[in-house]
Amino acid sequence: MFAYYLELALRSLKRSPGLTVLMVLAIGFGVAASMTTYSVFRAVSGDPIPWKSAQLFVPQIDNWGPKNGTDDGEPPNAMDYLDATTLMRDHRAKRQSAMYQISPSVVPAQAGKHPLNVTGHAVYSEFFPMLDVPFLYGNGWSAQDDAQRAAVAVISSKLNEKLFGNVDSVGRTVNIEGRDYRVVGVLDHWNPQPRFYDVTNTGGFSENVEDVFLPFERAISVGLPNNGNTNCNATPKESGFVGLQHSECVWIAYMAELDDAAAVTAYRQYLDAYAKNQQKAGRFGWAPNNRLRNLPDYLEQQQVVPRDTKVSLLVALGLLLVCLVNTVGLLLAKFLRRSGEIGVRRALGAPRKAIYLQFLTEAGMVGAAGGVLGLLLTGVGVASVGLVLPKSISDLARLDLSLLAITLLVAVLATLLAGLYPTFRASRVQPAWQLKSN
Amino acid sequence: MSLQIKPILVALRRHKAGTLLIAVQIALTLAIVCNALFIIHQRLATLSERSGVDEANVFVIANQWAVDWTTQQIDAQVRADMLALRQLPGVRNAAPSTGYPLQGGGWDNFITMTPDQIKPTTDSAVYMGDEHLLDTLGLRLVAGRNFHSDEVLVMGTQQALVPPQVIVSKALAHRLFPDGSALGKSFYAMAASPSTIIGIVDPLHRQGASPWDKLHAGQSLIWPARPDDARGVFYIVRAKPGQLAAAMREAPKALYAQSRLRIIDPKDGIQDYAQIRHRVFDSDRGMAILMGIISAVLLAITAAGIVGLTSFWVGQRRKQIGIRRALGATRGDILGYFLTENLLIGIGGVLAGVVLAFGINLWMVSQFETARLSLAYVASGVVLLLLLGQGAVLAPAVRASHVSPVEATRSV
Repeated sequence: MFAYYLELALRSLKRSPGLTVLMVLAIGFGVAASMTTYSVFRAVSGDPIPWKSAQLFVPQIDNWGPKNGTDDGEPPNAMDYLDATTLMRDHRAKRQSAMYQISPSVVPAQAGKHPLNVTGHAVYSEFFPMLDVPFLYGNGWSAQDDAQRAAVAVISSKLNEKLFGNVDSVGRTVNIEGRDYRVVGVLDHWNPQPRFYDVTNTGGFSENVEDVFLPFERAISVGLPNNGNTNCNATPKESGFVGLQHSECVWIAYMAELDDAAAVTAYRQYLDAYAKNQQKAGRFGWAPNNRLRNLPDYLEQQQVVPRDTKVSLLVALGLLLVCLVNTVGLLLAKFLRRSGEIGVRRALGAPRKAIYLQFLTEAGMVGAAGGVLGLLLTGVGVASVGLVLPKSISDLARLDLSLLAITLLVAVLATLLAGLYPTFRASRVQPAWQLKSN
Repeated sequence: MSLQIKPILVALRRHKAGTLLIAVQIALTLAIVCNALFIIHQRLATLSERSGVDEANVFVIANQWAVDWTTQQIDAQVRADMLALRQLPGVRNAAPSTGYPLQGGGWDNFITMTPDQIKPTTDSAVYMGDEHLLDTLGLRLVAGRNFHSDEVLVMGTQQALVPPQVIVSKALAHRLFPDGSALGKSFYAMAASPSTIIGIVDPLHRQGASPWDKLHAGQSLIWPARPDDARGVFYIVRAKPGQLAAAMREAPKALYAQSRLRIIDPKDGIQDYAQIRHRVFDSDRGMAILMGIISAVLLAITAAGIVGLTSFWVGQRRKQIGIRRALGATRGDILGYFLTENLLIGIGGVLAGVVLAFGINLWMVSQFETARLSLAYVASGVVLLLLLGQGAVLAPAVRASHVSPVEATRSV
């Protein structure tokens, strides 16, 4: 019976090719616009470390008080040197790391090669296990290396290839900003987006792969300056990188791993006690105003998903809605035009269910055709999204199997939904009236 | 041509679903297109913001050091580099700077009128440069004077420096001293000591184009200091008219001839203002294009939907049209009937659409802090959609008017 309905549907669609093409185009464009913008939205709103994000927390300490120029009462989204290093020393979380962005020059060993400028972060040893950073060769450094300010480095596979060719370079030496560092690990293509461990400096997304990681205290001791954002509520009293370390300016990102609710409560209490102590000592002239958000909440609060991406998705969904209303209208016209045929079928004994099946099959076929067109257009859309969006974001949009499946599913379901009312009307056609009037 | 609205309304009542669907479609389209056009308008306004820079002739070199130098060494190198750049035949002037207009994010300070003020008066972008910076950028000095060379201080890496003189943009001058008396007055830019306004330029764009920058649009200041930063310095270069390409080719060669211990990224280390503008307004341009495409598709689909449904109605009513024609209605009457019918549905649709457009906008204002939709946009959207409806209905209506009176006598 289903094959018969398919044939009927095909014949009916062929009878009015203009209307059919119009419906298929509407569904195709509506679905493609929604799916293209959705692919971007999905890419930027994704959880960069889904298996662990609920255990990763970003502590914020209000070291500025009311003199921060904003009205929302939020503490700064980064830390100053004093707070970050105190939190590291107290070491109250299971794992934690303070980090700041660096941009040193790397001098290749081969003679005649130009020095390179690379970006990276100065971090603590726990950074690598805390964020499950994948290694191609070797590993991160140890807590002992942290304490001894060892001259060790973790480099990206890209930089490894540039400096050493595609070999295991663990144990070899790399010249960073004029000093020799021993390579202890080579990363295995690690470029999480959003760049969740340092939203302060990237706003969330960055095209640049991070090339080098150095021990935090080592970088401080050799005076490797912070290359990221520095936010101050007052100009530092002393100059230079050391002056920055003595100031209330915020420039250090911080992340802590807390396994359960008890650990989170304990850490929250610890932060409040710390701020209260600072208040007692006279450094803070205000009550503790800390935040401890887990990663998804923090990314939400920092508005990592660009507003434009949300607005685009909403507008595209609006387009899909209009396309559906359009399809409802056209299907209605198409189905009711065949009132005579319906009347005959009903008079010959077809039950309402049969009419339902026949016309929903037809709607489903339009949906499937629209879905296929939508797939093609989504492919074009995702490929050309780079023309209208910044590279750091458009690069993330991908066409994968799940997107293909969703596209088809949305197209067929939406069209079936659009076909419900016209089919209902078709099934209500009075056979007697139709037969009489003809 | 006497148009009778009442029979049309009676007829529409027999096509409730179709009528409602077209009206809903028109309402949704109007609401979305109004908001999309409004977004396009805002983005285009951003794209055409003036930087104050002589953009046809200026380019920027991001110069980084390959070695760990002291401030003194860097200062000597920067001075030598400037001399070398200014001696190039195609170059009019060159200056070192901490940043440049439309850089896409940079340095800004809160401004207060007294040193112990808690809530800042406003915010200003901060540039540091020497006495050549004004001419190199091509800024228009509207009051006061440029820096003297003996006022230019040396600023090392992350050095806290507050020069006593400052040149401000007219927007900042007006914000701080609305009565126009800014010249000679002072203010505090997150510092214990004041800076006195010695010159006013107009305009001077901030480095960024973010919402924060828009909130403080055009508010910038220049402090007289040579930024001898170990992390790198921007070299702003102004070519002589027509010699931009040649100067961009020669400048890095001249710098490498001075010293090879520097890094100028081969990919994006040197950019002219066309590239800088393109980069900073990337997302704004993209959003405008995207909204344009979606609006066009929306309007096309709505128009096609109206054509489709009206054609169906015409087909359904051939017999009635034939009867009317036989009873003496002219072709014009039939044409007018369908045009009026569409106009009535359209008016119903746009009325709902106007409410919806403002509703969506209000929601967007609360969610995304966008601007309020202006009435002019909605008004032009209404006219656009009514015209679109009339245009779409024209072909089926003309076809209807050609129905012969003979049809009245046929049974189907």
